[in-house]
Amino acid sequence: MFVRLVYESFRRQKRRKVLAGAAITLGVTVATAMIAVATDIGDKINRELRTIGANLIVTPQEDSLDVEIGGVNLKPPTDGAFLNEADLPKIKDIFWRNNITAFAPMLPVNVAIQNDGKQQDVTVLGTYFAKDIQLGKEDFVTGVRTTHPWWKVEGEWPSDNLRDVLVGERLAARLGVKVGGTIDLSGRDLHVSGILSTGGTEDDQIVAPMALAQEILGRPGVVRRIYVSALTKPEDAFGRRDPKSMSGAVYERWYCTPYPAAIALQLTEAIPHSHAEQIRQVAQNEGAMLTRIEGLIFLITLAALFASALAVSAAMATTIFERRAEVGLMKALGAGKLAVAAVFFAEAFLLALFGGLIGFAAGALLADQIGHSIFNSQISIQPVLLPVILAIAVIVTFAGSAAAIRRAIGLDPVFALRGEL
Amino acid sequence: MSAPVSNAARDVAAGRADAPHTSMLVRMLLRAAVLRRGRAVSALFAMVVAAAVATAMLNLYVDVQAKLRREFRNYGANIILVGKDGASLPASALVQVDSVLAGRGIAAPFGMIVARTGDGQPIVVAGADFNRVRQLNRWWKVSSWPAGPQQALIGVRAAPIVTPKDQAFDLTFQGRVLHVTPAGTVQTGAAEDSRIFISTSDFEAWTGLQASTIEVAASGSPEEIAVIMNQLTRTFPAVDVRPVRQIMEGEARVLGKTRATLLAATALIILTSALCVLSTLMGWVFDRRRDFAIMKALGASGRLLNGFFAAEAAALGAIGALVGFAVGIGIAAWIGRINFHAPVVPRWSVLPVVLAGSMIVTLLSAVLPISLLRRVQPAVILRGE
Repeated sequence: MFVRLVYESFRRQKRRKVLAGAAITLGVTVATAMIAVATDIGDKINRELRTIGANLIVTPQEDSLDVEIGGVNLKPPTDGAFLNEADLPKIKDIFWRNNITAFAPMLPVNVAIQNDGKQQDVTVLGTYFAKDIQLGKEDFVTGVRTTHPWWKVEGEWPSDNLRDVLVGERLAARLGVKVGGTIDLSGRDLHVSGILSTGGTEDDQIVAPMALAQEILGRPGVVRRIYVSALTKPEDAFGRRDPKSMSGAVYERWYCTPYPAAIALQLTEAIPHSHAEQIRQVAQNEGAMLTRIEGLIFLITLAALFASALAVSAAMATTIFERRAEVGLMKALGAGKLAVAAVFFAEAFLLALFGGLIGFAAGALLADQIGHSIFNSQISIQPVLLPVILAIAVIVTFAGSAAAIRRAIGLDPVFALRGEL
Repeated sequence: MSAPVSNAARDVAAGRADAPHTSMLVRMLLRAAVLRRGRAVSALFAMVVAAAVATAMLNLYVDVQAKLRREFRNYGANIILVGKDGASLPASALVQVDSVLAGRGIAAPFGMIVARTGDGQPIVVAGADFNRVRQLNRWWKVSSWPAGPQQALIGVRAAPIVTPKDQAFDLTFQGRVLHVTPAGTVQTGAAEDSRIFISTSDFEAWTGLQASTIEVAASGSPEEIAVIMNQLTRTFPAVDVRPVRQIMEGEARVLGKTRATLLAATALIILTSALCVLSTLMGWVFDRRRDFAIMKALGASGRLLNGFFAAEAAALGAIGALVGFAVGIGIAAWIGRINFHAPVVPRWSVLPVVLAGSMIVTLLSAVLPISLLRRVQPAVILRGE
């Protein structure tokens, strides 16, 4: 009898069930999409913040002081220590290797060039543009095009394996160099593939493939410093603690959290004779921005969950209220309060389950749409969330129906059947 | 007809004549709200919640840009003024920059030279206005800021070389010697780590040079910053005024993405709450089909009925929107306080939008069931079928 009541209710009252089901589906869709966006937003914004530049720098441990004013380093180029270019792939070998999005080595070399018959000192900056690095089986493409995305090139980016160079826009204007022209660097006639504009000191420099800079310096296989772009966790009170003062288990936890300082420490360990440090302007502010945006989206997700819970409750309350006469009839025929409530709750459960399933699928699609249209990348939803979402859907539907069901079963069958309240 | 009854009728009639003259429409509206308090309150509640959520979201959407822009100013300068070919800036440059900014940002001057330490090592010494630097470059990790004259802030990489035992030391520039005491160290992870910072007055007295760079953190939208840059370029024709592109582009990107996410969320939430109102109100109106049928049976015209339910819906929408607006402003302010540590300013421009939106939703949810009911004979409804 119970099963038949529920079954017939679904069969005969299609309009009402579709309406309530639609409300639940919509509520779950919004909730699922917002939860998916909220859990992924940290990673997405973290990647966007990487456009501000690398957040870690690796330098030789025993380096002499840089004497740098306005992008011109007055320290003799052969002075000081170097890092070994062959050690670079080790960056992708550390514990947090998957958080390293890119790195770019730099080797500044001073070269005298002829301009209007005058000698002029110019910095040639050797680096990777978009170099293919073999890491075991996988390829990893890295270089300034990823770590310094605000660099703009008029013309073509040079290849890392050729001997083409970029000339900074202010230097190009001074020397009268055009895209496709040539430039004479201590006896080498080099093809200028593009004019570089960065808004920074590189506008007065020449940027060349790493191998060429090493050849000019006469020190193959060396780099001066490495910029590393890593996805990090905002520094909290624990992250700011001095790792040297930590005991074993606490240190382990600190080491295995992607704080900027922890990743810097792992880089220092991975590359011989090096010292890695966070670039505080980028690393510190990034943490603050990330905390703010994540907090904002979290609060908004709460608002979305609240709104969808309310929509589900409202729809359930309305459908149950419309069925007062039915309750009256059941009670007049001798059904107890419990039996009546059981019918309604069973219906609510089925609705929540169906609506929840469809809503989950729709929400996953919606989240993916949001990811593609805003961040150009996927927002995937964990299948683990499905039971959680379904449970929430059932609970919210029950909570929304409870008040209406209680009122419905409290009605006097006589009045209910006569249609008076 | 007996006298007492007619007396009572007369009393009632007299009482009604004395009562303030309210139109039938207003009376029906008021009675509908009072008699079916429960359902009216639940409809109003749904409306208030929807309007509050919509207000909070729209307010946040408008305000969050300003909030995040302010956070982005913690990244430091977005405009840099550099003397052409390393020349010093005019002595009045900082005052002029301040007058161009007029409170829309902060500027900090830097002068830079290469000096030699006691053992002849070259080192970059910078003259800086510490009070301004503190506000501009908040990410500097400084152990202790210099307070008095001839105190220096030493970069962490320079410190072990120039003053391994934290003692006072001499710096030489063009034969002139400056004796400084280290006040603390500065760590930034960038070029500052290899430098020594002294106060602007010490720097000018020692080297006889003015600042060669002014770093400016201008606040505002990209258009406002462009205006400030233009003004600076016009004020200083002989100076290079450059944007710090990495900061500007990164800011534009992150802000754009955050706002787009927020817009999507706002749209979803407003849609959900509008549907919540729609289903509650439609249920309410549907529930009153008997009132509708009685009015129709008593000879009310279609126009009067439409007007009645429309007026009711509009009143509900307006009251709900106003109360919801107040609540929503509160929610937005609360979110601002706990997330940005600054209240979100109420945007009055949101009010007409919320008001119009609420009215449209309530009118829609009243008109839809009415147009369904109008096709039905009153007798059928009154019989309860």
